[in-house]
Amino acid sequence: MALEFLQHLVNGLSLGSIYALIALGYTMVFGVLKLINFAHGDVYMIGAFVGYFSARFFRFDDHSSLTGLFVTLGCAMSGSAALAFLIERFAYRPLRKAPRVNLLITAVGVSLFLQFTGQLVFGSDPKFFPQVYVPTGDWSYGELKINVLQVVVFGISILLMGLLQFIVFKTRLGRAMRAVSFNHDLASLMGIPTQKIISITFMIGSALAGAAGVLVGLIYPKIDPLMGVMPGLKCFVAAVLGGIGNITGAVVGALILGMAEELLVGYWAPTYRDALAFAILILILLFRPTGLFGVNRTEKV
Amino acid sequence: MGTLWRWLLVLGGIWAFQFLASDQIDPYFYSIIIYSGINIVLAVSLNLVNGFTGQFSMGHAGFMSVGGYTSAFLTIWFAQQFPGVLESPWSGAPVFVGALLAGGLAASVAGFLVGLPSLRLKGDYLAIVTLGFGEIIRVLILNLDFIGGARGLPGIPALSHFGWVYSVVVVCVFFVARIMQSSHGREFLAVREDEIAAEATGVNTTRAKVRAFVLGAFFSGVAGGLFAHTLRYLNPQTFDFNKSFEIIIMVVLGGMGSITGSIVAAVLLTISREALRPLQELTHIDFRMIIYSLLLIVLMLTKPNGLFGRREINELFAAWSTRRKLKREGLS
Repeated sequence: MALEFLQHLVNGLSLGSIYALIALGYTMVFGVLKLINFAHGDVYMIGAFVGYFSARFFRFDDHSSLTGLFVTLGCAMSGSAALAFLIERFAYRPLRKAPRVNLLITAVGVSLFLQFTGQLVFGSDPKFFPQVYVPTGDWSYGELKINVLQVVVFGISILLMGLLQFIVFKTRLGRAMRAVSFNHDLASLMGIPTQKIISITFMIGSALAGAAGVLVGLIYPKIDPLMGVMPGLKCFVAAVLGGIGNITGAVVGALILGMAEELLVGYWAPTYRDALAFAILILILLFRPTGLFGVNRTEKV
Repeated sequence: MGTLWRWLLVLGGIWAFQFLASDQIDPYFYSIIIYSGINIVLAVSLNLVNGFTGQFSMGHAGFMSVGGYTSAFLTIWFAQQFPGVLESPWSGAPVFVGALLAGGLAASVAGFLVGLPSLRLKGDYLAIVTLGFGEIIRVLILNLDFIGGARGLPGIPALSHFGWVYSVVVVCVFFVARIMQSSHGREFLAVREDEIAAEATGVNTTRAKVRAFVLGAFFSGVAGGLFAHTLRYLNPQTFDFNKSFEIIIMVVLGGMGSITGSIVAAVLLTISREALRPLQELTHIDFRMIIYSLLLIVLMLTKPNGLFGRREINELFAAWSTRRKLKREGLS
């Protein structure tokens, strides 16, 4: 019983670490633009597909290797970063001065455009993600089995999150990003190229989503153009749960959500899996709208 | 002639058409007219929330499904309990109207339950919470076995026809147009323009928002009932996010805050859906979604107010006739 519980926790952690990568993108974009980037889940989907095609192009599916995994990750991350640049430049930037709701509608439009163009280009049937890295054997502690692949996925996510933490808190770029998220106008008065920083933030967040796409492809090797819809919404919930705009919060929220989902599926009602995230969202918005780590900001007239 | 009389005259015309000419129309064309009507009700009712009250809701399909399932369940139950009653138009009509009203009420109860907690939220949060509620409703229906669950609900009596659909259209448009002329409507507009200022002038903003939400949900529930009795089969997958999105784009294309715009856009998009069907068969995907989403992006970039902005047809007409009068008198 306790063993089964632990097993669910392990599964939840690896799922949660992937959610965390996507949730980070949400939280970063929200930080600088105050926009819920609805297209984020679909950027993650595109990342998975770029990974799929690059792995096939370099023939990494023949033999499992760590190099293959890292090259695939690199391709997926740069692919989704490039896509994010285009989205930001052509869909969001012209609307910087427009009412917020217009931006929201555009984001929804971009999301659906990616989903259905994806179906047109890649075909709507699911594809088998090439197994670029298949570690052999499980680690077992007594009866508890830990899949090495899950550990690798978890490790890579932690690595990427650490990298992000470093960029945001230890570099000039990160300081500029934090300044922009604090106040656009003041930041640009201080000589920070606001547009450029927003664009870069978008690209970094989307690169993380692209990496998540490849990692998901490793654990659940079935990808299709609509795969980003649910994770996209759920990771938004994770970001809100942790306090949107807060990097640590996004990671913690995503881990909680991943584990809660695994436990729900394991013990109670697997068919309600997709409803859980929304139930959490509604509860958190009712009782603690700023999230677990958020700070309360008063609205000024 | 008073406004009410004019509306009643339109209603009379619709029923006259129903009895005299509706069976002479080509069935395909007829179905387009019917679905246009249903979409008009959906778009106008969503416009009440998204356009006039300025609360961006993305869960309209959820309320539509609540209304559809409720009314369909009622008529199916009635057909089993009292066989033959629904066949006669005289005894079938009250049952159908009752079922539609029950569907609308069920949807407005759902709207109340959703609206009361979530309308404290603003903008993006509200959008995503309503989206979430729409999904929760869908997952719940998927798991309810007595209304078919994932298999769907077949065998709904074919009670809906032109007369009913367009009566609902007239009632809905009349209702929303009159409400927007009343003090309640002014409250909705005040909330849209500036929530804080509205509150400062004594508008109970939460109450206004919940009212708009409940009313919108009511009409979308009735539209769901019409939809159920037209298609005669319901499936939870029909009411996914894409359905909500379809209604949103009608509202946005027509202009958020214009009933005329919603009507025109609903008809346009229903026709375009049929016009795009060959493309859909060619590509094997829902091709119109690509066009809708592109349309939405381009619209936001170039003409964010949609076709009509916030104006209605009578205002446009009045402006036009004033201009003409001025020209005739040589004043402009």
